[in-house]
Amino acid sequence: MTRSDPSVHQPFSSIVDNNEMAISRMKNSRELPLNPNFKQQFLSEGSEWSFELLAKYDKKIAELAEEFGLDTYPNQIEVISSEQMMDAYASIGMPLMYNHWSFGKQFLSTHKNYQRGAMGLAYEIVINSSPCISYLMEENTMAMQALVIAHACYGHNSFFKGNYLFTSWTDATAIIDYLLFAKQYIQKCEERYGAEQVEQLLDSCHALMNYGVNRYKRPVPLSPQEEEARLKEREEYRQRQLNQLWNTIPKSERPKDAEEKRFPDEPEENILYFIEKNAPLLDTWQREIIRIVRKLSQYFYPQKQTQVMNEGWATFWHYTLINELYNQGYITEGMLLECMQSHTNVVFQPDFDSPYYSGINPYTLGFNMMRDIQRICQNPTEEDKEWFPDIAGSDWIKTLDYAMRNYKDESFILQFLSPKVMRDLHLFGIRDDKEQEHLEVTAIHDEVGYRELRKELSDQYNLGNNEPNIQVYNVNVRGDRSITLRHYMHDKRPLDDQSSQEMLKHLHSLWGFPVKLESVDDQIVVQAWECPNKTTEELIGKA
Amino acid sequence: MTHIIDRRLNGKNKSTVNRQRFLDRYKKHIKEAVNQTIKQRSIKDMEQGTEISLPSRDVSEPIFHHGSGGVNTRVHPGNKEFHQGDLIQRPPSGGGGGGAGEGQASNTGEGMDDFVFQISQDEFLDYMFEDLELPNLVRKQLKDASQFEYRRAGFTSAGTPDKLNVVRSLKNAHARRIALGGKKRKRVKEILEELEALDEKTKAEGTEIEDTPIRAALLEELEELRHKLGKLPFIDDFDLRYNNLIKVPMPSTRAVMFCVMDVSGSMTQAIKDIAKRFFILLYLFLKRNYKHIDVVFIRHHTTAQEVDEETFFYSRETGGTIVSSALELTDEVIRDRYNPADWNIYVAQASDGDNWDDDSIRCAKILSEKIMPQVQYFAYVEIGSRFHQNLWEEYRHVASAFPEQFAMQDLTDAGDIYPVFRELFERRDA
Repeated sequence: MTRSDPSVHQPFSSIVDNNEMAISRMKNSRELPLNPNFKQQFLSEGSEWSFELLAKYDKKIAELAEEFGLDTYPNQIEVISSEQMMDAYASIGMPLMYNHWSFGKQFLSTHKNYQRGAMGLAYEIVINSSPCISYLMEENTMAMQALVIAHACYGHNSFFKGNYLFTSWTDATAIIDYLLFAKQYIQKCEERYGAEQVEQLLDSCHALMNYGVNRYKRPVPLSPQEEEARLKEREEYRQRQLNQLWNTIPKSERPKDAEEKRFPDEPEENILYFIEKNAPLLDTWQREIIRIVRKLSQYFYPQKQTQVMNEGWATFWHYTLINELYNQGYITEGMLLECMQSHTNVVFQPDFDSPYYSGINPYTLGFNMMRDIQRICQNPTEEDKEWFPDIAGSDWIKTLDYAMRNYKDESFILQFLSPKVMRDLHLFGIRDDKEQEHLEVTAIHDEVGYRELRKELSDQYNLGNNEPNIQVYNVNVRGDRSITLRHYMHDKRPLDDQSSQEMLKHLHSLWGFPVKLESVDDQIVVQAWECPNKTTEELIGKA
Repeated sequence: MTHIIDRRLNGKNKSTVNRQRFLDRYKKHIKEAVNQTIKQRSIKDMEQGTEISLPSRDVSEPIFHHGSGGVNTRVHPGNKEFHQGDLIQRPPSGGGGGGAGEGQASNTGEGMDDFVFQISQDEFLDYMFEDLELPNLVRKQLKDASQFEYRRAGFTSAGTPDKLNVVRSLKNAHARRIALGGKKRKRVKEILEELEALDEKTKAEGTEIEDTPIRAALLEELEELRHKLGKLPFIDDFDLRYNNLIKVPMPSTRAVMFCVMDVSGSMTQAIKDIAKRFFILLYLFLKRNYKHIDVVFIRHHTTAQEVDEETFFYSRETGGTIVSSALELTDEVIRDRYNPADWNIYVAQASDGDNWDDDSIRCAKILSEKIMPQVQYFAYVEIGSRFHQNLWEEYRHVASAFPEQFAMQDLTDAGDIYPVFRELFERRDA
C-alpha cells in the first residue's frame, strides 16, 4: 500500500516544471475568445482566497457541472496545511488509517523531499467516499483552488460515482466507517497480542496485497454495521471449516482417487483470501486482519485499473469548466492564464529520450483521448467516420459519459484511441525480447501500425499482464500441509528471484507450513522456490 | 451540496506514531548511522539533527514482480525517426529511454538511492547517548538532598488563615450541626406528630381546638427545642480545616562541571582540540540530566587559574607542568562556591600526561583526600601520549581506591573521543 497508490490523486505533483514550454504551448494552443453574450461579472480579482470565495466558486462550478450533466456525490472540501498534506500522503490519502511503520517511512521520505524542495506537494487529494472528501491546500491561490475544485470535486467525484468498476466493487458510503472499524480493531489487537506480532502480520499482508483481490467475482459491498455483526459468526464458521479440512482422524473409507484430487479444486487467484480461510495455524484475529487488508486492497483495485481514464476525465473537466467560467465572464484573464499554465504542466509529456521521461503520463493520454472523443463528436474527419462510425457526429456529452461509465483503461484505449492521438503523441511500440540482440520497433503511428499500436498500449494497461499471475495451486492436505503456488508465465517473463524469496518468507509466516512456488510456462515448471529454503536446481534437478 | 471545512487547526502530527514505529524498527541501523556521523562531525555541530541514510534494500517492502527476461513490449511517446521493423541497439542496463520496463525495477531496491531522512537534534542525542548513564546519579538523589519542595498532604485543624480550606470547613460545620441537633430534631418531629394527632382527635370529637394542659406542655417543649436548635453555631472553631503542606526533599538538579586542562608547552593545539571535543560531549550529556549546569574552566601550567572559555581553549602559555596546582584550585572552588550538598559535581581532566615527577604523588593525595569525597565522578583522559608517565600510575592507584567514581582512559586521536566517552559512561549493571 505504500507503493505509489493510485488512490492518491496527485495530479500536479510529479510533473516536471517546465514553465517555458508550458507557456509557449499554451499560446499556440488557445486563443482566448470572450463570449459577447456574457458581460464580465468576476467572482473575484485578487489571488487571495477566502472561505466565502471558495463557496462562491464552488457554487458556480457546481452549476456549470450540472449543465454538463455531471452526476456527483455530495462534496466535502477540507482546507488543510502543507504539513497535514504530508500526513495525508503518508496514510495513502485516507483520513484515517491504522498504524504501521511503512506509513512512517512514507512520511519521512515525503517530508525529506519536500524540505529539500525536490518535490512539490499535490494541490489536492480526493477520496472515493460519499460525501466525496477533497483536500485543498491553504497555500494555493484562488485560481488554483478553483482549478482543484473543478478537477477533484466535480471531475474525480463524478468518475467515482459513475464508473462501473467503482459502483460495483466499492461502497463509497461505507469506506470511512470501515476504516474506522479497521483502525480500532487493529489497535485492539496490538493491545492484546503485542504491536510486534501485529506488525509482522501486516508486513506479510501488505506484501501480498496485490494478491488480495477478486478480479472476476464481484464482492458484496462492505457495511460496517454488518461487518461488526458478522464478525463473531465468521469466527465460529471459520473454526468449523478448518476443523473439517484439517481433520486428522482418518475417515473409515477413503476412495482411492481422492488422493489425487487437488485442493483447491480450481486454482485460487485471491491468495490472501485463501490464506484467511484455510491457513491451519492462524488465530481468528489474524484472519480478521488479513481480511481487513484484503478489503482495502479490493477498495483500491478499481483505481489501479482506471488511472488514465480517471485522470483524463478529471483533467478534461477542469479544462472545460475553467474555460467555461472564463467564457461566461466569471473569472479574469489572469486567472484563466494561471489555471492554464498549471494545466499545461500537468499534461506535459516528455519524449522517450528526454531525461525527464518516466513512462506515459496518464494525464496526457487521458486528457488527449477525452478531448479527441469530443472532437470526433463535434467535428469528425473522414478518418474518424471510418474508425468510429458509432460516435462520429454524436452528442459529445452523452458519448463521453457513456465511455466514462462503462470502461477501464485497457478497454477504453482499445475502444477509443484514435489515429490522431497516436500521431499527436508520436507513439511507437518497442519489443524487448531478452533472447534477441536488438530491440525491435513493432509499430509506429502510421497506417499499418495503428491497430497494432493500439493493442500494445491497451495491453500495457492490463494489470493481468503487468503483475505476475500467481495463484494457489495445491495444498498437501494429507501430508506435510505444504502449499504450492503457481506463477503462470506471460511472454516468458520470469519472476524476480530475490524478491520472490522474500515473498515466500512472508507466505511461510502466514501459512505456517512449507511454501512452494513454481513458475510454469506451457505446463512446464521452469523455475521453483521453496521456503524453508531450497533453490531451483535442487527442486527441478531432482524432478 | 458542498461542505467546506477548515481543517487547518486540526492536529498536524498524525504521522508521529508511524514515524516512531519506523525509527524503532530500524533502530539498529539508525544507531550505526549516528555513530558514523559522529565520527565525521566536528563536535561543534554535534548538537544538530542529522540526515540518516539507510540502504534502500533494508527498508524495502517486497512484492511479487517480474525480473528481467522474457518478452516485454511497451509503447513510448515522442517518436522521431523510427520505422516499423527497425532494430535498435539495446541501451546499457535496462532502464532509460527506449529500454525495457518502467517503474517496476525500483521495487527490488536495486539501483535505487539510499533511503534518506532527517532526525531531529533530540533524537540524534538520544541515539548518541543511549545506553549511557551518569555514574552515581541515584546515590546523589537519595542522599544529600538539600532542596525542598512543598507538596499538599491532606488537611490539618490548625493553620494560618490563608491556608483555610472553605469547602472542607463548611462540610465539617454541616456535619457537626447534623450530629449535635439530631436528637432534638427527632423530638421536634415527634411532638409535631403528637400535636397533629391530638388536633385530629379533637376535630373528630367535634370540639374546638383549645389549650389542654397536654397540648400546652407539648407546645412549650417544642418552643424550647427550637430555641436550642437555633443556638447551634453555624460554624465553630473546630470546624475549620487548613490545607496541609509538607516539605519534600528534592534531588538536586544542578550540576557543575569542572574542565581541567594542562596548557603547558607540551600541549599542542591538536591535543587541545581533542580535549575540547571531549569536554563538549560531556557538557551535552550532562545537559540531558540536569536543568542547570555551571561550567568551570581551570587551566594550569606551573600555576592554575580559573579562566573563561575563550582563554581556556585558545590562549597559549608555555612553561612547566604542575598538575597539583589545578587540583588544589578545583578543591578551593568547590569549597567556595559549590557545596557538594547542593551540587552534583563532575570533574573532567585532560592532559598529555606530563608532570613533574614528585608532583604526581601529591596529585594522588589531593584527589583521594579532598576531591574524590566531594564529587560524583572524576574522568581523566590522557591525550596523545605514546607511553604513560608516572601521573598515570598514580592515578591508577586512585582509580582502584574509588572504582565507582574515578575513571581514566587514553585517547590518541579525534576518532577515539566518542568510543572512549562511551566507555567511560557506559551503563553498568548493578
